Amino acid sequence: MLITYVVHVEDKPGVLNRVASLVRRRGYNIESLTVGHTDTPGISRITLVVDADPSAAARIEANLYKLVHVRRVENVTALPTVYRYLALIKVTATVETRTQIMQIVDVFRARVVDVATDSLMIEVTGTDDKIDGLLEILRPFGLLEVARTGQLAMTRGNLPRAASTERHAPEAEPVDAAISFSV
Amino acid sequence: MERLTGAEILWDCLVREGVTDVFGYPGGAILPSYDAMLKYPIRHVLVRHEQGATHMADGYARASGRVGVAIATSGPGATNMVTGIATAMMDSVPIVCITGQVGSKLIGTDAFQETDITGITLPVTKHNYLVTRADEVAPTIREAFLVARSGRPGPVLIDITKDAQQSSCLYDWDAAAPSESVVRAGTPPTDTSLRQALELIRQAERPLVLAGHGILLAEATEEFRQFVDTTGIPVAVTLLGIGALPASHPSNLGMMGMHGEAWVNTAIQEADLLIALGMRFDDRVTGNLKTYAVNAKKIHVDIDPAEIGKNVPVDVGIASDLRDVLRAWQPSLGRLQLGGWYDRITELKGDSAVRDIQNMPDDGHLYAAHVIHDIWRVTEGRAIVVTDVGQHQMWEAQYYRHEQPRSLITSGGLGTMGFALPAAIGAKIACPDAEVWVVVGDGGFQMTMCELATIAQENVKINIAIINNGYLGMVRQWQEFFYDRRYAATPLLSPDFVKLAQAFGIEAHRVEARRDVVPTVEAARRHPGTVLLDFRVEQEDSVFPMVPAGADLHRMIRRPTPLAETGADR
Repeated sequence: MLITYVVHVEDKPGVLNRVASLVRRRGYNIESLTVGHTDTPGISRITLVVDADPSAAARIEANLYKLVHVRRVENVTALPTVYRYLALIKVTATVETRTQIMQIVDVFRARVVDVATDSLMIEVTGTDDKIDGLLEILRPFGLLEVARTGQLAMTRGNLPRAASTERHAPEAEPVDAAISFSV
Repeated sequence: MERLTGAEILWDCLVREGVTDVFGYPGGAILPSYDAMLKYPIRHVLVRHEQGATHMADGYARASGRVGVAIATSGPGATNMVTGIATAMMDSVPIVCITGQVGSKLIGTDAFQETDITGITLPVTKHNYLVTRADEVAPTIREAFLVARSGRPGPVLIDITKDAQQSSCLYDWDAAAPSESVVRAGTPPTDTSLRQALELIRQAERPLVLAGHGILLAEATEEFRQFVDTTGIPVAVTLLGIGALPASHPSNLGMMGMHGEAWVNTAIQEADLLIALGMRFDDRVTGNLKTYAVNAKKIHVDIDPAEIGKNVPVDVGIASDLRDVLRAWQPSLGRLQLGGWYDRITELKGDSAVRDIQNMPDDGHLYAAHVIHDIWRVTEGRAIVVTDVGQHQMWEAQYYRHEQPRSLITSGGLGTMGFALPAAIGAKIACPDAEVWVVVGDGGFQMTMCELATIAQENVKINIAIINNGYLGMVRQWQEFFYDRRYAATPLLSPDFVKLAQAFGIEAHRVEARRDVVPTVEAARRHPGTVLLDFRVEQEDSVFPMVPAGADLHRMIRRPTPLAETGADR
């Protein structure tokens, strides 16, 4: 299954390499990875999606936390979470089709961010499905260029930090309630 | 505060971290640091190959518990260190490796002797650093030592550009103190997990402790001994856990795993509770995971949470400092009634004593086991023995009965041939008063025998026992068992080791008969300098018992009965 981690890291050279290399070394594939600054100077936030079974998920989390530049790891997979992707889509738009495309853009709550004589650039955020859906609808008009980001994730509400908190390792695998970790 | 060059700051920091000895090899990119070294109270041991420097730092750390330091230049100097770094990583040994790097302006230009050593060592270090400015030197060194020795220890590499060594800055040791956020020291055990574990221990009828390297790393041998003495639970040790409990302790059953004692492996399979302390259920100790200790509940204590549940599902996992856990358990522990379990273990020992090569009549052949047994007898189990990798390593683990912690130094996880000789030099320099023996095969010895020159130059006194059987013995054994005796590339032509040692000015003797072993070993101990002993042992002996890789732990290949064995010899 797809596991989503939010990883808070120190903004040091090579930190992305360390995170990516760790997942590779332990034999898993990265499905999606995004990284960007946070409101705290010196701290970046990585949203990492890995295909792994639940017991491996706990180990990946523990291994991530072993990296010196990793401050906090959260496995948000089982938590109420908002997931978002962003895409920029350049589509062929003639005088005849422009209005039609702009109506579709409205339906998808996307935005037109650039208009040229023969094309439109559309910015859309949402789940993977929504972006896939928009692309399918726009395809007949002629897709010229598509740029998509990886996934961003943020848990809903202001819940106390779940499972893994700062400087601590993951909880027990959810598969076996009898297991108890002291961490 | 004073103004110092990066090179001077490097040495000042090392001295303040308590470093007295470093193992290294100079070169262009590290020259400014070597030049500054002369002003500081540091003993530099000039090695003959940078791999040797890392193994020496490793042996130094394992023998003493202090952080070992190796230093080399950029490019090939740095890449030669990789094997030693990976060795330390697999066995959780705290070492700090310092490498020179080309000037920061030249990085990325494929400059002479440039290599991306932080990239290369990323997966085999606990952490590594690239330092490009003099003012980064002090904070980096301090953090590196903290990272190397805290939590689950491991190797740290610091790559310092030549200009960072040469330029100067204001140096303030106190201001360079590292942040505790880099420490991964586990968390205090929770009451719930401690109670759950204790409950399992109380209910157990056939419990077994699996004692690993973590007991030594956590400096918890005292607490562990109390745990064993109070509960009476029998103990099986991993290869690196040897020394966690004296071999002569009545609860110490011996080593587990691929070449562990047969009764230990069978006891693991029959146990109803395994208490794994500072060990990681490596494939060499579990065999087939599907059939491993299926009837046993498992308690796993390890400071690294990533180890818990990695190979074996556990009932109680505690990712905490082992010493804290043992101390927290101690007041609630009581004696378990284990008479029946000990009877069963005695029964399991069965004919093991008869099969033991030690009890076979002297048929004129010299067996490696005899050599190691005699070294053990003469040194009374109190020497530091540094072994290489292969058959002799397993025989040492079986026949040298270690009484003290940190007295067996061996490459367990990575299985690095060539480890023994340099690691022994490091161990001796860390513990100058200890008696140090190298037990090494004829194959592994030739991988790093250049360090004999280091021994000669540095005037180091160790004793080297080459278990010389003319084969890459362990590989030959696998070929005998699993490849129909097709000995592809395992027969080994070696130089005359006695003459070789003499060329370095090192005393050496050849031993071919069993009766000569004890007197030669005794003479070697008395000799003030290093002595090399070339033991010509039985060529095609094998290590028994053996759990074939991936097989069920209780399905071992046993040594044939003495009658069959010696019948052929006669």
